[in-house]
Amino acid sequence: MSLFLIAALPFLGAVFPALLIRAGRNASASAAGLTTFLAFTGLMLHIPAVFNGEVVQARFDWLPGLGLNANFFLDGLGFLFATLILGIGLLIILYARFYLSREDPMGQFYTYLLLFQGAMVGIVLSDNILLLLVFWELTSLSSFLLIGYWKHLPEGRQGARMALAVTGSGGLAMIAGMLILGHIVGSYDLSVILQNKDLIQASPLYLPALILILLGCFTKSAQFPFHFWLPHAMAAPTPVSAYLHSATMVKAGLFLMARLWPVLAGTPEWFYIVATTGLITMLLGAVIALFKDDLKALLAFSTVSHLGLITMLLGFGTKIAAVAAVFHIINHATFKAALFMSAGIVDHEAHTRDIKRLGGLRHLMPVTFTIVLVASLSMAGIPPFNGFLSKEMMLEETVHTLWGGSHYLVPGLALIAALFSAAYSFRFIVHVFLGPKRSDYPAQPHDPGPGMWLGPAFLITLVILIGLFSAKLAGPMVAVAAGAVTGGNDLPYYSLKLWHGLTPALYMSIAAVLGGALLLKLHRPLQAAWEAAPRPEAKAIFDRLMHGLTKLAQLITDGLHNGAITRYAFVMMLFIIGISYYAYQGGTLAAATREVQNVGPIPLIAWFCLVIATGAVVAKHRQRQLSLVLIGVVGLVVSMGFNYLSAPDLALTQLSVEVVTMVLLLLALNFMPKESPIKAPNWVRARDGAIAVIGGLGASALIYALMLRDFAMPSISEYHLANSYKGGGGTNVVNVILVDFRGYDTFGEIIVLGIAALVIFALTEAVLGTRVRAYLLNRKPDMPQAGDAHPMMMVVATRVMMPLALMVAAYIFFRGHNLPGGGFIAGLIAAIALLMQYMASGFTWASERQRVFYHGIIGSGVLIAAATGLGAWFNDMPFLTSDYGYLYWPPLEKFEWATAALFDLGVFLAVVGAVLLALESLARFAWQPGMSTEHAMDINPARDDAPQQNSDEV
Amino acid sequence: MITYAALFAFVCFALAVLMNLWKILSAEEIADRILALDSMFINALALMVLYGLALGTEIFFEAALIIAMLGFVSTVAYARFILRGNIIE
Repeated sequence: MSLFLIAALPFLGAVFPALLIRAGRNASASAAGLTTFLAFTGLMLHIPAVFNGEVVQARFDWLPGLGLNANFFLDGLGFLFATLILGIGLLIILYARFYLSREDPMGQFYTYLLLFQGAMVGIVLSDNILLLLVFWELTSLSSFLLIGYWKHLPEGRQGARMALAVTGSGGLAMIAGMLILGHIVGSYDLSVILQNKDLIQASPLYLPALILILLGCFTKSAQFPFHFWLPHAMAAPTPVSAYLHSATMVKAGLFLMARLWPVLAGTPEWFYIVATTGLITMLLGAVIALFKDDLKALLAFSTVSHLGLITMLLGFGTKIAAVAAVFHIINHATFKAALFMSAGIVDHEAHTRDIKRLGGLRHLMPVTFTIVLVASLSMAGIPPFNGFLSKEMMLEETVHTLWGGSHYLVPGLALIAALFSAAYSFRFIVHVFLGPKRSDYPAQPHDPGPGMWLGPAFLITLVILIGLFSAKLAGPMVAVAAGAVTGGNDLPYYSLKLWHGLTPALYMSIAAVLGGALLLKLHRPLQAAWEAAPRPEAKAIFDRLMHGLTKLAQLITDGLHNGAITRYAFVMMLFIIGISYYAYQGGTLAAATREVQNVGPIPLIAWFCLVIATGAVVAKHRQRQLSLVLIGVVGLVVSMGFNYLSAPDLALTQLSVEVVTMVLLLLALNFMPKESPIKAPNWVRARDGAIAVIGGLGASALIYALMLRDFAMPSISEYHLANSYKGGGGTNVVNVILVDFRGYDTFGEIIVLGIAALVIFALTEAVLGTRVRAYLLNRKPDMPQAGDAHPMMMVVATRVMMPLALMVAAYIFFRGHNLPGGGFIAGLIAAIALLMQYMASGFTWASERQRVFYHGIIGSGVLIAAATGLGAWFNDMPFLTSDYGYLYWPPLEKFEWATAALFDLGVFLAVVGAVLLALESLARFAWQPGMSTEHAMDINPARDDAPQQNSDEV
Repeated sequence: MITYAALFAFVCFALAVLMNLWKILSAEEIADRILALDSMFINALALMVLYGLALGTEIFFEAALIIAMLGFVSTVAYARFILRGNIIE
């Protein structure tokens, strides 16, 4: 099966559990299981190739310009991890079906789980580090959803947030590290990067890249000092803990360290950072685990400890240590997933996972007891289980490791960690299952149905089999995976077997087991001492840190934009003036190449009007109504200017936009004070005035300088002029640019326009759903009102105008491609024609006659434009390529058709819908029950009844 | 002859625009200012059509059409605002 399909299957399958939950929980679980099983089978089909040492590849250039390619490859390491992810995934899906209760939304759970699974498979199969980063972030997000699955539990939400904050920020560091790595090598493809060890290690950027990437790995794999999130993530349902926090996600960091091992490992920096972190984590996790009373917390810290162990082995940088690391990854996944599931079973049946309240369960839950016994002994490092094998290999390696000149430091600390590890493993068995039967369990414990114990039972079978027949069963897998880690098949000699003779490692193992037993004997006094000892509380530190960061972010954000437009303008203008000054300092100004042209008297008068009106707006801007009139002058002169300076399309657009804007502003002004008060102190006003003057003068000077000179580079206008008719089939360049050359932009713009209108509608709905509505309904007008709400003259005039205006809109629309006009302007004109009806005959009357919802008009506009663009695909052309030709219909002259017109129709509809939806939404704020009338006019000779008297009349 | 006629008309309408501006700035009642703005639209339209006549081009026709057809909508909106406060009732 193609690697693409293996990586995509969980994502594709993620839809089904959520949909099929309506058909029952079994259907939902089966869909998830089937998807995983398919992907697993596809993976297994690659066994022959992988075990022959081949690398299976699937390549697809996604964004070659960015170096982001959807390339996948499957080697021993990827195969090992993908098998763990999909295999344990199958067991978890089975287990979760019986673990989750009837109240839990199971469809959601499986959907999240499959999303997570897809992201993990993506990580381990990626051959491109940018693609890997995408999947990496996806695991952070999907694990957030899974950890916070029980939304009603505050610990769940907090744990999810903490996990996301820690792994997310680590991921951020890793993005930087990966980019540096790609920059050093010149390629983002892993297969290329892995070939360039010397180049990378010789680079001065090696250390920054290493640290940044390791930050990502350490946060993800819960290494000290980032280990604290993992125990808090235990608030998740147990299937999630068993899957994410034992077998898969926390191993992603290990995977990446193993993946980049050939190029990053082997240096003193690598050794001291990675091995030391691993060692500390291993020791710390093991010690804390012993003193946790919550079964899952115990397992969480034990996981932290084991992850530290593997990190340390990878950090040693020797090939034989890498073999041990790979082997322990397999072993840990088997016994730890089984233990998590067992802890879940205990919790599920006894309704508590507090060790202090448990004990004596061995007769009540014999099956669970057997599972825990085998898995715990394996974790403690007791032969003949698989945990013994890899732990002994680890101890053997520590003996050969020199840390800062000391022979004893690493083995000594590793021994202590192993001791504690044995102790907490024994504690799980002894304090939960052995001892006398108690009478005060919260619920009567008993073994669960096979659905829940089959998964862990299968895993402990592996624990035993791998322990007994390690060379046969795990040998080939370890060999290919370790070969992939170390970047070659020339592995040093090692043997996976139980008996290596009387080695130092064996003595250490024996010491650890005996010491562990002794520690457990002394558990009660030790626990008391531990409780009494002062220790930093990670969550409190984390909360304080987050609180501080939030405060800082708020400080910066509120300083820059506090919601007042004056502040935005202030910050932005100051910044623009600053960088303009910087550019002016650094640049040179060529001599003027153009003459200043003479100004005719009429343009001079227009200019005079513009300047005076603008000045008047500045002077009178506090009288809002008056400034609207003055802005009308500005709009008129600007439109005339466009016309005079040969931009008739712009002039038409500007004129229609002016009308719509004015209506909009007047609708808003109805609810606002008619005069704006002076709020800022004088010095602020003086400062803002100075900035405005400097900005204005600077912009004028820049434009003046620009207009006296030719462009430094050839302008794109020439191309547009030359290709407008040839390429777009239209002689109106502006329109051809809109619908053809820059069709993508226009397409995006109509979507944005539609979204804006929908947001206005949604906000209106939201506001009118609150208590504000009562206030609006009882609002009294703040100005005296004239009597006639719907005057006859206006109704008649607008009614006559309507078909004329629509005709003009059609005319403007159809001529658009070759002469000034087009869908946008036509849309505005049509919208104004309809708007007039609202103004004349009232909101109620007009909306009753509006049979098509504006949402639908916007949507159909966008869809028509999209369909036109897609049409190009059927002719093997890129999206939005337009076509044109000529038609001869006998009674008519020949005329041109262009697909661009269809696209323009989409623009037209989107504009009509958006403008009217926005204005109608705003108009709804002023609606009051007294206005409802079925009549278009208040005074109408044809009406039998007398006109209604408005209560608020003067 | 047509040149002189056009020139004369240019001068007249230009003066009218300036007088409109004067009224927009100085009228006592807001209604007068709105009326002045409306007539400014009409005078600007006339100037544009004249300019088109002088150049012998039709390119200004649509803009004139739009002003003539839609220019009054803003005026009506202003007027409704003064009379009723709410322009869509």
